[in-house]
Amino acid sequence: MKKLINHPDYVVQEMIEGMALAHPQIIRKLNDTNILVRTDLNNAKVALVSGGGSGHEPAHGGFVGTGMLDAAVAGEVFTSPTPDQILEAIKAVDRGKGVLLIIKNYSGDVMNFEMAMELAEAEGILVEKVVVDDDVAVKNSTYTVGRRGIAGTIFVHKIAGALAEQGASLDEVKQIADRVILQTKSMGMALSSCIIPAVGKPGFELPEDEMEMGMGIHGEPGIERKKVVSADEVASVLVSHLQKEMPLAANDRVAVMVNGLGATPMMELYIVSRKVSQLLQESKIQVHRTFVGEYMTSLEMAGCSVTFLKLDNVLAELLDQPAQTIAW
Amino acid sequence: MIQVEHVVKWIQLTHQKIVATKDKLTELDQAIGDGDHGINLARGLDAAIQNLSPDESKEDLGEVFQKIGMALIAKVGGASGALYGSAFVHMAKVCKGKKLISLAELAQVIEAGAMGIKARGRAEVGDKTMLDIWQPLADYLNEHIEKVSWEKVQQFLFEQMEKTKELVAKKGRAAFLESRSIGHLDPGAVSSTYLFIALCETLDRGE
Repeated sequence: MKKLINHPDYVVQEMIEGMALAHPQIIRKLNDTNILVRTDLNNAKVALVSGGGSGHEPAHGGFVGTGMLDAAVAGEVFTSPTPDQILEAIKAVDRGKGVLLIIKNYSGDVMNFEMAMELAEAEGILVEKVVVDDDVAVKNSTYTVGRRGIAGTIFVHKIAGALAEQGASLDEVKQIADRVILQTKSMGMALSSCIIPAVGKPGFELPEDEMEMGMGIHGEPGIERKKVVSADEVASVLVSHLQKEMPLAANDRVAVMVNGLGATPMMELYIVSRKVSQLLQESKIQVHRTFVGEYMTSLEMAGCSVTFLKLDNVLAELLDQPAQTIAW
Repeated sequence: MIQVEHVVKWIQLTHQKIVATKDKLTELDQAIGDGDHGINLARGLDAAIQNLSPDESKEDLGEVFQKIGMALIAKVGGASGALYGSAFVHMAKVCKGKKLISLAELAQVIEAGAMGIKARGRAEVGDKTMLDIWQPLADYLNEHIEKVSWEKVQQFLFEQMEKTKELVAKKGRAAFLESRSIGHLDPGAVSSTYLFIALCETLDRGE
């Protein structure tokens, strides 16, 4: 393992400290926790709290700030944060208008956030939750855990955050978050594995000439492992899977996110994005905005994900509102 | 009879076993999870031991189980922290105010732990989770309460653990593998097996 770290046990804490030291105008670290909260907490509004395992930076701390999240709770690498930490975050940002928890759909995250929610409710805080499950690579089944939450989560942060900033109620913010979740679909692919610092070796092996379509952001398996194909073919496969789940007609309007998983150069992301744009153009689908870059990574994994958010006027307007965070 | 000192020894012995098999657990978890189960559990058990009062006589079983549960919730993280933690917190509830419990009560305590896991994880027996150790063990102890052979309990635990190999994962990250999870042991079931092997050894020595 070759990593630019001091010690595997301190990667999360030192990263959070680094983020807070680098961006004191936007965020601060809560003492003795791995929680980042926004410095601007004056506005009495519904508070948004998200988080999850670390290793997905800039998610989620990079999206804390005016117009997006009020707090992000960082767990160990690829491990959900614990209820006591999540509760601290809730208490730190609640201004009496209630708190919305934005959770990615993984068993650990859901359990720990739910436990924190119960603890917060016991202390008299109004809390609601939404669970993001945008990854179409996983079959949707009510009998199992269902779909994973991946890069589309950032659209939920953005739109719910914008509405909260305007003074909407907890119910309204939850409703819009649920609407975004319903209209957001993502799918990823990986060219290489990643190494959890405390484990020290790759979580899985992908041979030099192979890639995995539909891979999750912790290296969970996808739909198919196959020989590496061109960026255009990858883009086409991802778009066709997204379209199958959320059919788009001519004149529909979407926001597109082409997200790097950590080790993919911007050059390659734009090559993928180019093809995605062309395919949407050919289908006469209006692209409201395209976001290309790293939003939800998987340590040093190479690969990308593509997200479509189907927009209406309300969602588009909220998406375009300004936000002051590290990474939006 | 089982008292606080047994529980303390039990958790210490479990910690030793988990530390000793950390690499094996990591490997199992890499196959169908994300590879950190052994590391996280060892950290949480260590915290649980540090948390226990040095003067055991001052506490009852309920308090001790509660402390262990809270430490696991706060320090293990992930799904396993929430599940193990919920199990111990549920066990604490049925032991409230008790300084010692009988073997028959122990079966009820483990049953309560299984209920905690079920409620928190919305899991059922057969979903390829740690519940596939907890529930069968509770049932086994209930049936054999008149005369328990700890050696036979250990054998039973290993059999149950092996059975998880053939199950399709329905919960946790392993569920994303669907039928590809067949052929792998469930890491949570394996760590739960070690937990109860440690219990068997503690009680075998103690009586």
